[in-house]
Amino acid sequence: MATAEELSAEEFARVVATHRQQIFRFLLASTRDMDLAETLTQDCFLKAHRHWSSFRGESSAITWLMRIAINLQKDHWRNRRVQFWRHTRTNAVDSEEASEWLPSGESSPEQQLLAREQVKRVWRAVDGLSERQRTVFLLRYVEELDIAEIGRATGLSEGTVKAHLSRALGRVRGELGGRK
Amino acid sequence: MRFEHKPGKNTGESEERTAREPAQSAEDPTLDPVLSDFRASVHAWSDAVYNRPRPIAVASRRAVWRKAAAWSLGSMLVIGAAGGSVFDYRHQQEAARIAAAREARQQRALAEEHEREAEKELAKVDTDVAREVPNAMEPLAQLMTEDNSQ
Repeated sequence: MATAEELSAEEFARVVATHRQQIFRFLLASTRDMDLAETLTQDCFLKAHRHWSSFRGESSAITWLMRIAINLQKDHWRNRRVQFWRHTRTNAVDSEEASEWLPSGESSPEQQLLAREQVKRVWRAVDGLSERQRTVFLLRYVEELDIAEIGRATGLSEGTVKAHLSRALGRVRGELGGRK
Repeated sequence: MRFEHKPGKNTGESEERTAREPAQSAEDPTLDPVLSDFRASVHAWSDAVYNRPRPIAVASRRAVWRKAAAWSLGSMLVIGAAGGSVFDYRHQQEAARIAAAREARQQRALAEEHEREAEKELAKVDTDVAREVPNAMEPLAQLMTEDNSQ
């Protein structure tokens, strides 16, 4: 992988084009707030551009960008000024609405309905997770990063990532099993 | 915010990705399809939101106007506050200067008055002293008068 010095503005533009949608998706799933996800995505790439020289290519660009996005999200919620909004979540959509989205497939309406119900339950379980567990869960099962990549993106050891994933899956299982 | 088109409204990016890469397995046959649906749902939602039309020009123009109005209002307040302080400071300075000038004038007038009074007093003393002191030639003048009568 090219070092930071070798990466030109063109390459950065290519990285933005390649990963912008994924970063946005992760932030959208984490916050369930479209406007906030867009703002944080912009901030993420702005920060990435500023610190582009510090990116040495030791990890993949997406891992590096995810790390920035996670930190921005943390900073956002840590900010005292938005503490109130954290609880009210005025712009965030609820799990009901988020679960209405399913890609059109070959499945029957009944299967679609069942899938929607199960997705809703997963969202409910995600709601009950801690911030760290939610991040790890989304990186693994939505962004499909492997354990090592999640570890690099979150700054956690692989063992800790596995433990968080295990707890998160337990919660999802409980939500799916308990209400079937 | 809700969208008109819900299920099936995506760009295909998520499906491409799902086809390209194997899904992350939870090693649980009952959980895997649910997690797969969840992933597909999030991808579809994100794709739809990401590709939604945005009234950028209107929003930015409005934002620019709002920002400009806020800035001008803020600037006016700051300028008003600063101008008020400066005016107040100058006003106080001017008042102090006028008071000092008035004080100096009064002092000068008082000093002149004192001087005048002192001069008047001195003149009065001179007159009184001049009256009380006898004329040095007076006895001789008297004798001369007496001689003439004899």
